[in-house]
Amino acid sequence: MTQSHRIAGGQIDRSTTLRFSFDGQSFAAHPGDTLASALLANGVRLMGRSFKYHRPRGPLSAGSEEPNALVELRTGARREPNTRATVVEVFDGLQASSQNRWPSLRFDAMAINDRLNSFFTAGFYYKTFMWPASFWEKVYEPIIRRAAGLGSLSREEDPDEYDKGFLHCDLLIIGAGPAGLMAALTAGRAGVRVILADEDFRMGGRLNAETHAVGDQTAASWAAAAVAELASLPNVRLMPRTTVLGPMDHGIYSAVERVSDHLPEPLPGKPRQTLWRIYSARAILAGGATERPIAFENNDRPGIMLAGAMRAYANRWGAKAGDRIAVFTNNDDGLRTAVDMASKGVDVVAVIDSREGGDLLPGIRHLRGAVVTDTAGRLGLTGITLRQANGRAETLQVDALAVSGGWNPNVNITSHHRSKPRWDEGLLAFVPGEGGPSGLSVAGAAAGVMSTQGALHTGQAQALAVLESLGRLTKPADLPQAEDAPVRISPLWHVAGGKGRAWIDQQNDVTVKDVVLAHQENFTSVEHLKRYTTLGMATDQGKTGNVLGIAVMAGLTGQTIPETGTTIYRPPYTPVAMGALAGRSRGPEFKPVRLTPSHLWAKEQGAVFVEVGNWLRTQWLPKPGETTWRQSVDREVLATRRSVGICDVTTLGKIDIQGTDAGAFLDRVYANTFSTLPVGKCRYGLMLREDGMVMDDGTTARLGPHEYVMTTTTANAVPVFRHLEYVRQCLFPDMDVQLISTTEAWAQYSVAGPNARKLLEKLVDQDISDAAFPYMAAGHITVCGGLRARLFRISFSGELAYEIAVPTRYGDALIRRLMQEGAAFDAVVYGTEALGVMRVEKGHVAGNELNGQSTALNMGLGKMVSRKKDSIGMVLSQRDGMTEPDGYRLVGVKPVDPARAISAGSHFLEIGAAPVAANDGGWLTSVVYSPHLNSQIALGYLKAGDQKIGRRMRAVNLLTKVDTEVEIVSPHFLDPMGERLRG
Amino acid sequence: MIINHPILGPRDAQEFVYLGDASLMNRPDTMTAGIEAFHDWLYTRDNPAGLHRELWYHEQGDRSWLVVTRNTLTHEITQVELARDVALALRRSK
Amino acid sequence: MAEHGLHAVTALGGAAPRMAEIGPISITERFDVALGSVATRRGRAADVVRGASDAGLPLPPPGKAEFGGQWSAFWVAPEMWFVEAPFASHEDIAAHLRTIFGDAASVTEQTDAWVRFDLSAPDLHPLFARLCNVDLPVAPVGFATRTVIDHLGCYLIKRAADQVTLYGPRSSAQSLWHAIDVAARSVI
Repeated sequence: MTQSHRIAGGQIDRSTTLRFSFDGQSFAAHPGDTLASALLANGVRLMGRSFKYHRPRGPLSAGSEEPNALVELRTGARREPNTRATVVEVFDGLQASSQNRWPSLRFDAMAINDRLNSFFTAGFYYKTFMWPASFWEKVYEPIIRRAAGLGSLSREEDPDEYDKGFLHCDLLIIGAGPAGLMAALTAGRAGVRVILADEDFRMGGRLNAETHAVGDQTAASWAAAAVAELASLPNVRLMPRTTVLGPMDHGIYSAVERVSDHLPEPLPGKPRQTLWRIYSARAILAGGATERPIAFENNDRPGIMLAGAMRAYANRWGAKAGDRIAVFTNNDDGLRTAVDMASKGVDVVAVIDSREGGDLLPGIRHLRGAVVTDTAGRLGLTGITLRQANGRAETLQVDALAVSGGWNPNVNITSHHRSKPRWDEGLLAFVPGEGGPSGLSVAGAAAGVMSTQGALHTGQAQALAVLESLGRLTKPADLPQAEDAPVRISPLWHVAGGKGRAWIDQQNDVTVKDVVLAHQENFTSVEHLKRYTTLGMATDQGKTGNVLGIAVMAGLTGQTIPETGTTIYRPPYTPVAMGALAGRSRGPEFKPVRLTPSHLWAKEQGAVFVEVGNWLRTQWLPKPGETTWRQSVDREVLATRRSVGICDVTTLGKIDIQGTDAGAFLDRVYANTFSTLPVGKCRYGLMLREDGMVMDDGTTARLGPHEYVMTTTTANAVPVFRHLEYVRQCLFPDMDVQLISTTEAWAQYSVAGPNARKLLEKLVDQDISDAAFPYMAAGHITVCGGLRARLFRISFSGELAYEIAVPTRYGDALIRRLMQEGAAFDAVVYGTEALGVMRVEKGHVAGNELNGQSTALNMGLGKMVSRKKDSIGMVLSQRDGMTEPDGYRLVGVKPVDPARAISAGSHFLEIGAAPVAANDGGWLTSVVYSPHLNSQIALGYLKAGDQKIGRRMRAVNLLTKVDTEVEIVSPHFLDPMGERLRG
Repeated sequence: MIINHPILGPRDAQEFVYLGDASLMNRPDTMTAGIEAFHDWLYTRDNPAGLHRELWYHEQGDRSWLVVTRNTLTHEITQVELARDVALALRRSK
Repeated sequence: MAEHGLHAVTALGGAAPRMAEIGPISITERFDVALGSVATRRGRAADVVRGASDAGLPLPPPGKAEFGGQWSAFWVAPEMWFVEAPFASHEDIAAHLRTIFGDAASVTEQTDAWVRFDLSAPDLHPLFARLCNVDLPVAPVGFATRTVIDHLGCYLIKRAADQVTLYGPRSSAQSLWHAIDVAARSVI
């Protein structure tokens, strides 16, 4: 097909021809075209099907407010649904297709909904699909989803990248029409840092769409010259293709830049889009205005479009909407379309002007006091019926109709912080209200100043006000002369009288009938109207329809529009891709990874890793021939308890605590006492929250008179450090304490088992005999002939054990040396699974027991809470409900039949008791398989558990269908006297 | 939001961790106050629609705890103090 | 090679530091700098200042770094600094610092808690606009701050108009390198 509707002029590059396809058919376009302008130029008006009734639709607008012309772009993994053809830039090879239709756009089987429209009015779903409840998920929802909807997802992973970034400026200007350009010129010339963002790929706003002059140039030339000057200023950043989504607080704005959407695919390394966080001292909204339609019967046919859009297509894109057109308007601006289209040689059959009296356009059939009452044409407009002032009906054969119901200032961003727009009776539109985002001012049409001259003037004035507030006021330049026509408009929202449907919100298929129904059923408040009819709840947020709906409701209730009120807008200004919000944080890059010092070695050995927070830890380390994880874990446990095992424990939090009050400080943060700990010793510490629950635990060593090093659990390293800073700064600011994390500075390995000392003696330069370095000793040592290191004789596994630490860069060498020297002892490396087995065998608590709801008493550690000193949580650990003798106590659990399974999360029930909450006795927290006891064993919290040792109960898990008879035992399954660790 | 750090100037609130009501700093004396007083201090809070003094921690910054006075309706921040200074003043006033 | 014969590996896991040139941007892993923290003990500010002055060790004000011959330093928290010195001569930097400050300051070795990347390019601003919220163009030389890059808490030091040092958590060196790498490719 040739470009049958292409006309002269416009800002497209006719020297280059691009090919694109729509629903498989190939078309020509030029650089500068949007998909909608190119299709119109090729005589294609039908671009989509409506949401609910599957009505044929063409573009209503020429911008981001578009409710109808929603299409899918590209194919395969890059397929993107619900893009607005009115803002899509055509590139060579673009593949677009219509959506929400089957089998084709011209013949859509679901258009039966249009015939059944009386069933589909507002509230239809609420009334029809009430019961049976079980039908909702399985029957109703799938049907509705298939029938009513938008485009479909590719269901493939998005192959493109999305960036995030941060920008700073003195002044952010949103919108690059006459007001925004003038504001940017004023501020840019004064030397302040300016960001000018516009959603369009060509800056200029309506200046590109109008024929009038600015100064001695055309509007579009003036805009191009302004953009060129701004581009030459180093303090101005021009951001076309950038939508400001909304204001955050304190001058922060969110914006998405479509870096590569106008290309077939991003250039190598480049993002598809970038989500910017813009920090601004001040901002000016110069977002222009959006035209609104008038409701009349069948006002949604392809070929009916907003008057400003029709002349934009003609003036900017050289595309005519039709050969024989009519204009329907209630205001002067609509008349411009008739004049411009006539000057382009288009046959303007009639101007239907709802206003009585006044001047008539010369040379054009201008009907005053007339309205359009109905239209014809199934897949595109073929004719309209109008009613003249004298009541006479007339039918006109036209293929396009321009409609203007007036312009709504784009107040959206001013209302994002809940400022209510104010009704302006002169404009018949809402304008920005009081109390918008702080630091934001409004210029041009967005502020209700509708003329070009007014836009230039207010843009300059607002920029000067910003400069003054920044202390950078300069003398303003003279403004060029531009059109300064007043707004002349008479209210006309809805052409009443017909029986058919008149559309208000075209994207959600909301008609005047729906508003009438909402009124009948007393959903008259704007908030109810919105939710009952879904008016304004589509992805366009009702940019073209909302005011119309409110006005129709006002007419029904007899209230004024300000009395009826308005809903407000929310960010984002236009829909934003989830990918842009995710940025690079997806898949394996969802969050950073933390690697342990033994990672390289473990990887070489074929270790299986597990994520613990951001850390990757060795979970187990399979040996050749081992086919199940249990084989590996059992071997690691047995080898450690038999000889020696090594585990990377670098991930545990390490906090250096120094100062003359370090001991006193630790007495406050730990429930037990540390000020009395001798230098060169360590002690297990229990940290409570102020509510008396256990926060964390770990071993803390005293390395000097005023120097301690605290160990936290891996998961709580950051929260505990935060807590310590809180206690230091907010609760005990007099104390002399200094804190610094050293978690990553030291590579730390646990060396555990009967041969642990023998192995370490091969590396450590000092005497570490039991006499020289007894149980719970800690201190500075050197290894391998001089490397500074730290040694702690502590044990989580219950074995004779040490933790040895060297500067992290030597951690890789140390694990290799330990394994080399350990060969003589058949040393193994054990992972987190084996660690878990050994700590359960010893009855040591870990994450599953430290669940934030457990007290020291629950854990059997009640005696550790000193009542003789002030400590966090001491007082409230004594409150009601925390100290009951029949409260939860930590117990050990083993199945009576060792072959039977138990599972974590199972609940304790008495033998024969029904599995109901009233009989719940507690739960199993951790379950492991003990290769020493040859059965599963568990820890659990059992009510009055300390009094139930030796009892038989059941461990019941209704989810995993486990119901196993168990024996309640001491949590210390192995070596209860601790003889091994003192060996 | 932007928090005007007393030492570092304006910083993005994303760098901070929020804790809650700054009255938490007014901790009763453990050895004398008793369970009731502790309970009231820890759990009984005002939830004002308006100015609220609250604790923010500059975790991705200089690790200062700050007392931020924020209007909960508008997010306007009217005062930012170093919590340590506030705590020291509190001590002196006792 | 030290007497102990244990081979050191860099934060990125190599025997030698990694370098990359991406367009005009160069990224260099630094392995030759020792790092220690110095925190003033209560009432000892004057002693700390005297000790530092005698040793020629700078103690810059908040938000600043100062660069010297032997010692450089940047402010990290109220009454706390990170101090840099050549690794070859100051591997046990804490011992050196304790000699300077005695019991007037709390000193902690930080060398291997961090990975250091030095970045340089004629214009680093586009790169850093993708990485963090620091307003690099207006930051003076000697500006130092903590910031967040790809969820990671990092220290950023502007050493020269075209040179920035980043200290990030050592265990996440690979993730931080990757973040810088993709951002660099995105802006060149």
